[in-house]
Amino acid sequence: MQFTIEVGRYNPDGRYAETAVPGATFPPPWNASPVRRYQTYTVDLPPHAVVLDALIAIREYQDDSLAVRCACRSAICGSCAMWINGHANLACKSKLEAFTKDGKTRVESPPSMPIIRDLVCDMKPFWDKHLAVKPWLENREPVPPPDEEYRVPNAAMEELIQEVSCISCGACLMDCESFAVNPDFLGPQALAQAYRYVGDPRDAKTKERLGELSGPGGIWDCTHCFECVQQCPKGVAPLDQILKLRKLAVDAGYTNNPGTRHADAFAESVKDSGRLNELTLMPKSVGFFNIVGQLRTIPSAINMVRAGKLPPLIHKAIPGVERIKKIFERVGGRFK
Amino acid sequence: MKVAFYPGCVSKGACPELYVSAKLIAEPLGLELHELVSAPCTGAGVLSEQNRELADALNGLTLAMAEAEGADLMTICSTCQGVLSDHNYHMKQDTARLDKANATIADQGFRYGGTTSVKHLLWMLFEDIGIDRVASAIKRKLTGLKIAPFYGCYILRPTEALGLRERPERKTYLDRLIALLGAEPVEYRGATKCCGFPMLTFNRDKALAMGGNHIIEAKEKGADLLVTPCPLCHLNLDGQQPDAARVLKKDIGVPIFHLPQLLGLAFGYEPDELRLNHHVVPTKGALEKVELKV
Repeated sequence: MQFTIEVGRYNPDGRYAETAVPGATFPPPWNASPVRRYQTYTVDLPPHAVVLDALIAIREYQDDSLAVRCACRSAICGSCAMWINGHANLACKSKLEAFTKDGKTRVESPPSMPIIRDLVCDMKPFWDKHLAVKPWLENREPVPPPDEEYRVPNAAMEELIQEVSCISCGACLMDCESFAVNPDFLGPQALAQAYRYVGDPRDAKTKERLGELSGPGGIWDCTHCFECVQQCPKGVAPLDQILKLRKLAVDAGYTNNPGTRHADAFAESVKDSGRLNELTLMPKSVGFFNIVGQLRTIPSAINMVRAGKLPPLIHKAIPGVERIKKIFERVGGRFK
Repeated sequence: MKVAFYPGCVSKGACPELYVSAKLIAEPLGLELHELVSAPCTGAGVLSEQNRELADALNGLTLAMAEAEGADLMTICSTCQGVLSDHNYHMKQDTARLDKANATIADQGFRYGGTTSVKHLLWMLFEDIGIDRVASAIKRKLTGLKIAPFYGCYILRPTEALGLRERPERKTYLDRLIALLGAEPVEYRGATKCCGFPMLTFNRDKALAMGGNHIIEAKEKGADLLVTPCPLCHLNLDGQQPDAARVLKKDIGVPIFHLPQLLGLAFGYEPDELRLNHHVVPTKGALEKVELKV
């Protein structure tokens, strides 16, 4: 079967400059450099072939200048995550047939990561974040001399199977929306790893970890877009782990942040009126004593008022709101 | 066709233009709206993350109300759609969760049997109302307009709960609708990305940059306007657009339409009836392209 592959090429030495397609538009920062271009190859492969098969066939038989990073070819090592048709995926796990769009498959290094050459991106930001969450078990101090191995209930580890499945391929970070605008965000992989240790009963620094994760760049900087859940090839569902961390952090008392204030104000509004009170949500979330934060929301508020988009000044409750209050009381927990 | 209509808080709060236009287009589409006036807020995912049991009960109550109406539940907000779909999907899968929610709402005289389908208006156009009926309601083709679809997150992800595994075509409805109304859909990467709204209160500048970047990308691809099925996306993309322009130090000025407003225009309603004169970013330039005024 014939497959057409469009490969994003990049060579910092400028080797491709003379053949760059003039006037071609690339996603940023592709359009900024004469040493980047797309190159089209045609390969003949069986219908069940994956993207990586095509890239290896190109490198072996057509163009040995193509740089590809891969190892296991079976979705275990996590080396070959790259952009396939504009989303991060493992090349070894993506069937060509399923990824053929308008007669071709476009493969490139993800623009969210620094690039080394062709399809090889620099994973340094990824590993820096991974290390920043201290992905190891912290001992109690002073370390008691163990008489025997540490034993953990099966159920406790079963809880963590999802996070342990991470193969550190970086697909989630490559497509992370928050990371795209905020390089300081720890990102989905590191935070899912953080949960793997927070949730481990052998770890002695749970509270400290939750405190650090509640700070800038941590759990509250996630925009909740589900891209990481979608792109993870191993079902780690990083967003789910970030949400678990948020709950644990709040339960551990790390509540002096906009995220917690927002959740509390939201809950209060739903409990009292059955619906959201947009007028009070923003100021309550920003925090009444955060004067700078409050001032910064004013221009937008004025624009909204001018356009006649102000929520009703008198916030009306839904009919039967008593019912909602009783549900809050009966369930109990944080928002009771 | 009778539907249990769930307008959501925002369409009754900061985006009244959405509620008004959704009510207007119901008639030409043959929709009989039974509004669930006493259904609570979904919690927008915020309550789910801190207290899932509570969110199960609140959404279970809404789903039970629609079930009692004997009709599909129709949303006009992707966030409502996402949260209701999520709780509906998981409660159907996990009967222990459903039973618990039912035990809570039983005191209030409700019980959810697990039969309600939750469908955004956008899905209903294609799956229930039928595209022929939509086409026959068109009185004014939007020819000449280049429109960038902005799907946002919660109508696309996660795919399981939203039924996109069974119906992958749901990812294309907005593009197909734009073409059906006579306009040209703009292809750009931001179409399926996040508007940044969920982060607006936590990390304002980054949230504004996120949404602003997508609008700028669409504008560079020639878009006259963006259309979105989600009022929360609208709040960030329209309501905060001047601030996003300041943060990104770029001129933006691209109007954002709600899905029912775009339908309403094609169905022959006047811009003022659809409250297109109540946007932060003026809609004038885009409307002039189809010889309309606000």
